Amino acid sequence: MLDKLELPERHYLNNGHGLKSWLLTKDHKRIAIMYLISISAMFMLGGFFAAGVRLELMTPRGDLFLADTYNKFFTMHGIVMVFFFLIPSTPAVLGNFLLPLMIGAKDLAFPRLNLLSLYLFWIGIVFFFYALFSGGIDTGWTFYTPFSAAVSNTNVVPVALGVFIAGFSSILTGLNFIVTIHRMRAPGLTWFRLPLFVWAHYATSLIQVLGTPVIAITIVMLFTERAFGFGIFDPTRGGDPVLFQHLFWFYSHPAVYLMILPAMGVISEVLSTFSRKTIFGYSFVAFSSLAIAVFGFIVWAHHLFVAGISTYSAMVFSFLSFSVAIPSAVKMFNWTATLYKGTISFEAPMLYVYGFFGLFLVGGLTGLFLATLGIDVHVHDTYFVVAHFHYVMVGGAIMGYLGGLHFWWPKITGRMYSEFLSRISAIMVFVGFNLTFFPQFILGYMGMPRRYHAYPDEFQVLNVMSSGGSVVLGIGYLLPVIYFLWSLKHGAVAGPNPWVASGLEWQTASPPPTENFVETPHVHGEPYEYTPHVAREANLV
Amino acid sequence: MGSFGIPLFPEQASTFAQDIDALYLFIVAVSAFFALGVSVAVVVFGIIYRRRHEGEIGARIEGNLPLELIWSIIPTMIAMVMFGWGASAFYHVRTPPKEAMSVYAVGKQWMWKFQHLEGQREINELHVPVGRAVKVIITSEDVIHSLFFPAFRTKIDAIPGRYTQLWFEASKVGRYHIFCAEYCGTNHSAMIGWVTVMEPADYQAWLSGGGIEGTLVERGERLFQDLACGSCHLDTGRGRGPSLKEIVGTQVALANGSTALVDEGYLRESIINSQAKIVEGFQPLMPAFQGLISEDNLVALVEYVKSQSPSATTTAAAAPTAPPNPPPPGKRN
Ligand code: HEC
Ligand SMILES: [Cu+2]
Ligand SMILES: [Cu+2]
Repeated sequence: MLDKLELPERHYLNNGHGLKSWLLTKDHKRIAIMYLISISAMFMLGGFFAAGVRLELMTPRGDLFLADTYNKFFTMHGIVMVFFFLIPSTPAVLGNFLLPLMIGAKDLAFPRLNLLSLYLFWIGIVFFFYALFSGGIDTGWTFYTPFSAAVSNTNVVPVALGVFIAGFSSILTGLNFIVTIHRMRAPGLTWFRLPLFVWAHYATSLIQVLGTPVIAITIVMLFTERAFGFGIFDPTRGGDPVLFQHLFWFYSHPAVYLMILPAMGVISEVLSTFSRKTIFGYSFVAFSSLAIAVFGFIVWAHHLFVAGISTYSAMVFSFLSFSVAIPSAVKMFNWTATLYKGTISFEAPMLYVYGFFGLFLVGGLTGLFLATLGIDVHVHDTYFVVAHFHYVMVGGAIMGYLGGLHFWWPKITGRMYSEFLSRISAIMVFVGFNLTFFPQFILGYMGMPRRYHAYPDEFQVLNVMSSGGSVVLGIGYLLPVIYFLWSLKHGAVAGPNPWVASGLEWQTASPPPTENFVETPHVHGEPYEYTPHVAREANLV
Repeated sequence: MGSFGIPLFPEQASTFAQDIDALYLFIVAVSAFFALGVSVAVVVFGIIYRRRHEGEIGARIEGNLPLELIWSIIPTMIAMVMFGWGASAFYHVRTPPKEAMSVYAVGKQWMWKFQHLEGQREINELHVPVGRAVKVIITSEDVIHSLFFPAFRTKIDAIPGRYTQLWFEASKVGRYHIFCAEYCGTNHSAMIGWVTVMEPADYQAWLSGGGIEGTLVERGERLFQDLACGSCHLDTGRGRGPSLKEIVGTQVALANGSTALVDEGYLRESIINSQAKIVEGFQPLMPAFQGLISEDNLVALVEYVKSQSPSATTTAAAAPTAPPNPPPPGKRN
C-alpha cells in the first residue's frame, strides 16, 4: 500500500464553484449528486410519514390522528417513497454516476437531456409539495378509481401531475442509458464484458421507456375524469372502474422490477469485489435481468385476483407470475455459488449484500404465496402483502442501494467513512427491518386488512412489535447521514481503488476528473478479473 | 390458534379454511427449505472462505451449465406444483355449488348491507346457518370495497356497476370478523362487522323474527308494479318488452347477433341500463333506470325476475311465495 494517499488536484467536485456551476452542469456526476441530495430528502419525508403510521398503529383504536389524517399519512408515505425515492434511487444516483465510468465514457450520450431529467424530477416534487401544503391526498399511492376520480376531495390532480412529470424524468433517463450503453462503450468493451450493473441498468431502462408512458396515459385519463368528468372509469356512464387497475398495474408491476433490478446490479458488483471472484454464471445473471424485465410486463393482473376477473384469466396470470420468479431464483443461486472458494471480507457494503440476501429471499419467496391463487384470495389486501412488498422494495431495493452507496462512496467523494459506524448501521437496518416487517406477515394471515386506521384488539401485540422494530430501523437509516457527512471533511483519503475492485470506474482517480478518464481506457480482459496478474498490479502480493 | 401467546392463524370456520391453511403450510415449508438452504450456504461460505490475509484472491470459477439447469428446472417444477394446487383450491373457492342459498350484499361508504331472500335486512351483521353453502352476491353503491371473511379464507371486491360473488360453507358455530379489505376512504377501517354462524334451527328461528316488508321477492314484485315494468313486459311475450318468464339460465339472443347468459349480472344491467344489450326482435324502448333504483331495490327486482324462472332458480325453497308459473310455451328469443 502507498503510505500517504492524497486527493487528486483536479476533480469534478472542484471544477467550478457556486450554485450556478451545479445547476447548469452537464456532468453526469454532478447531476447524480443533486439526485442524491434530492432523494435523500424525500426519503426522510417518506420516513416521517411512515413514523406517523407506525405511531398510530401502536394502539388498536385510532386515537392519535383523525382517520382522514391517517389516510393521508400512508398515502403520502407510499407516493413519496415509490415515485420520488425508490424509482429514481439506484438508477438516477448510482446509475447516473457510474454508467459512463463503467463503460469508459466521458459522459452519458445526452448530457443536456440528463439535466432536463433532473429538472423534470424537481418539477414533479414541486407539484407534490404544492399538494402537501394544500392539505395532502388520501387515495393511497395506487389511486384506485372511482374513489380517486369521483369521491376523494383531496389534491388528486396536483399529485397526479407531479407523478406524471416525474415519470418523464424516468423515461428520459432510461432513453439516455440505452443509447449510452449502445454507443459509448470504450474500445474492446464488448457486450459480454460489461459489468452486470450495466446489464441490470439496461434492463431497467427498457422498463422505464416502455412502461412509464402507460402510467402517464393512465394519469391523463384519471385527470380528465376528475377535471372534466369523462366517465372512463364511471360505471354509471358505461365506464369501468377496474380498467384503471389494469392500466395502473401494467406499469406498476414492472415498476417493482425497475426498483429491484438496479439493486441486483449493485449486488453483483459488490459481491464480486468482496469475494475477489468473477460472478458465477455471468451470462445467466445478465440474461435473467432481461427475462425479468420482459416477463414483468405480463403478470400485472395478479393484483386483480379478487377484483372480479374471471377464474380462468386469474389462472393464466398466476401461471405467468410463477414464471417470473424463476429468473430471480437463478440470480440468487448464482450469487451464492459466487461465494464458493472466494476470499470474503465483510466491510459495510458486503454486510448490505448479506442483508439483501436475507431480506430478498423472504421477499421473493413470499411472492410465491401471493402468486398461488388459493392463498391470494385470503391474503390479498392484508398486511401480508404490505410485508411482502416491503421485503422486496425496502429489503431488496434499498439494501442494494445503500450497499452501493457505501461501496462507491469513496469513488464519489474520494474519502472513506467510519467503518465501525457503517457496520453498526448495516446490522441495525437488517435487524430493525425484520422486527418491523416480519410480524406483518402473521398479521396479514390473521386477516388484518391494510390501510386500517383502527383495528381489532387481537392484532395489537404484533403491531407493537412492528412499531418497535421501526425505531431500530429508523436509527439504522439515519446513521449513514451522519457518518457520510462527517467523512466529507474528516474521512481518510480513499485513493483510486480502496476495495481492490476490478471495474473500470476504479481505474481513474477518486473523485474522478470531470472528463472521467485522462485517457480513454482500452479493455482487453473479461469482466471481474481477479487473476494473479491483476492482484500484482493492485499491489496485493 | 397460535403459540407463545402470539396468534398465528385466524379461526378455521369454513369448509375450505383447512385446505387453504394446508396449502399455506406447504408453501411455508418449501420456502423455509430454500431460505434456510441459501442462508446456511451463504453464511458457511462466508466463514470458510473468509479472507485471511490481504493478498488473497478467489478461485476463477466461471460457471457450470449442469448446475444452472438443475437450479432452473427444479424450482420451476416446484413452482408448478404450487400453481396447480393453488389454482384448484381457487377454482373450488370461486365456484359456488348449485344448491347454495343466496344472500345479497351491498357495500357503501362505510357499511355492509345484507339482504336475505326471506326479507331480513342487516347492516354490518350477517347471520348464516352452519353446514349450508351460502352464496353472497355483491355490489357497491359508491367506490370499490372488498368483502373479506378471514375465518372463511375468502374475499371478493364489491365493484360499483356490477355483481361479483363469493361463497362459503360455514363449518363452525360462532361469531367471526367481516372486514372491508379494499381501501375506500375516511372510515375504511370502520367498515367492519360480524358474521354469526348459527345452528340451522336457530337460524330458522332468527329468520322468522324479521322481514316486515315481506320476502325479497315480494318486495321486488311491489317494485315491479310501482315502476310499471309490467306495462311492457307481458307474460304473453306480446308486449313492447320480452316476457320475463323462464329466462334465467338461458342464452338470450341479442340484436347485435351475439348471445348473453341471463344471470344476476345480466338482469341488473338490463334493468338499469337496458340499452347496453338489446334483446333480438325488440326496440330499445326500455327507459334507463340508472340512478332511479337503489342497489337495495335493484336486488329485490332481480330476485323477483329470477322468481319468474322457477325451473332455473335453485332458490325455490327460499321463495315460497312466488306465484307458481307454468313452463313457458314455445321458444323465446
Ligand atoms: C317502455 C317499456 C318498458 C318498460 C317500462 C320496462 N321495460 Fe324492460 N325491456 C323493454 C324492452 C323493449 C326490452 C328489450 C330490449 C332491450 O333489451 O333493451 C326490455 C328488456 C328487459 C330485460 C331483459 C329481458 C331479456 O329477455 O333479456 C329485463 C330483465 C327487463 N327489461 C326488466 C325490466 C324491469 C325490471 C322493468 C321495471 C323496472 C322494466 N324492464 C321496464 C321495455 C320495457
Ligand atoms: Cu405485481
Ligand atoms: Cu370499504
